[in-house]
Amino acid sequence: MLQEPFAVGNSFIHRIDPRFRLISALLYSIVVAILYGFYPLIASVVISGLLIRTAGLNGKAVLKRLALVNGFVLIFWLILPFTAKGNILYTIGFLNIYEPGVVLALQVTLKSNAIVMAFIAMVSTMSFSTLGHTLNSLGLPQKFVFLFVLTYRYIFVIEQEYKKIWRSIKIRGFSPKTTIHCYKTYAYMIGMIFVRASARADRVYRAMLCRGFDGCFYTLSEFPSSSRNWLFLVMMIFLSAFILLMEFCFYG
Amino acid sequence: MDDSVSTDPIIQLSGISYSYPGESPVLKDLSFALHKGERIGLLAPNGSGKTTLFHVIMGLLAVSEGNIQIFGRNIESEKDFVWVRRKIGLLFQDADDQLFSPTVLDDVAFGPLNMGKSKKEALFISRKVLSFLGLSSFEERITFKLSGGEKKLVSLATILSMEPEVLLLDEPLNGLDNKTRIKLIGVLNSIDVSCVVISHDIDFLLDCTDTIYTLRDGGIEKDTTVYVHSHDHAHMLGHVPHQHE
Repeated sequence: MLQEPFAVGNSFIHRIDPRFRLISALLYSIVVAILYGFYPLIASVVISGLLIRTAGLNGKAVLKRLALVNGFVLIFWLILPFTAKGNILYTIGFLNIYEPGVVLALQVTLKSNAIVMAFIAMVSTMSFSTLGHTLNSLGLPQKFVFLFVLTYRYIFVIEQEYKKIWRSIKIRGFSPKTTIHCYKTYAYMIGMIFVRASARADRVYRAMLCRGFDGCFYTLSEFPSSSRNWLFLVMMIFLSAFILLMEFCFYG
Repeated sequence: MDDSVSTDPIIQLSGISYSYPGESPVLKDLSFALHKGERIGLLAPNGSGKTTLFHVIMGLLAVSEGNIQIFGRNIESEKDFVWVRRKIGLLFQDADDQLFSPTVLDDVAFGPLNMGKSKKEALFISRKVLSFLGLSSFEERITFKLSGGEKKLVSLATILSMEPEVLLLDEPLNGLDNKTRIKLIGVLNSIDVSCVVISHDIDFLLDCTDTIYTLRDGGIEKDTTVYVHSHDHAHMLGHVPHQHE
């Protein structure tokens, strides 16, 4: 089950208008993405860490999410040091470890962690539906937002339907093998999930029509305008400028 | 039946026919009327067209023949049905079809917001309905994490928040445990709306409705014959002479 463990809270960041948070997160991550120097990169990791602190999130849960990202990063560590040629750092048997490769992998690690941490702190601290409405109010087409919000709602139902079919397949003694019968069963299962999903979509749409749906979504969540929002945005612009300046000063 | 029945019907169907593409007609020359204050039960076998009838009334399925009058108005176009849907609330068989918003409050407020109510009004009425159903603590709950019974009650709330004058309930007791059943029956008996209820549960229909109809060969029939019958029942110490309340 997908969950939103960070969406609930009452920290300084949770109370900022989601639009301001989303814009700040985008701006900040673009800046971090173009960094190369180690000082600014380390500074950005520290800033992201502080943001998570400010959002008052559970450290363990954050680390769990980061572990997921670093699983991908690990792949870079397995490839880059051996392939990006340059000065040789070490030689293990017939394998050379090159300096540019290690530097690149380290940059990727710092960048991705800083960006993901910033998004956890600023974006996953809003619920999915709030994110949908935020995207809408920032000018994203309404159709896209519907897709976004409804996919989120019904992905669980489709998952349940998949499990239901899978159970009924299993209790009748099915075990996966490399046979036509097996592939046929999988094909039936996938087909049935699509058919049921489409029938479900039909019924949901009818239910929405019955409640007067006319193509517009209205939202209940309100984020009163406050000077805090601007304070937060200015702070994020300042921090982004700061690390960018560091980049230019040290590494021009 | 009381005197109010003598007034004009609020739902009147005459000569309705409907068939799903490529199949023989489900509804054939069906006529039906619901008067203000009436509570009608619909007890009929699976596949006899009960749900289809509801969807025809709400304009979700377009009939091939026949005339629909709601509150004395001829209903023909989609625009007419938009108006109908504000007056008549349909409770779907599967609550998962009805609840699509992430939180309960969002979902209950969906109808009122669509009806053009302000946020404040929508919130007020949604909270009122939720507290009427004893669901006040549910506001921020995530709809897909509710239990089956909770989902059913919340879907009822999403309908009631539109303040309908008629309720169409499609197997409202389906899959509910005894406690939720009793609660739902209590709620239905305490609200003052006309309704049509589909159910396979004769006890429930006798408890909640005044008249029971059945669907046969695509038409609607009233079964008024009264049969005297006795029940067998068993319990411990049954052989000892005793009386039942």
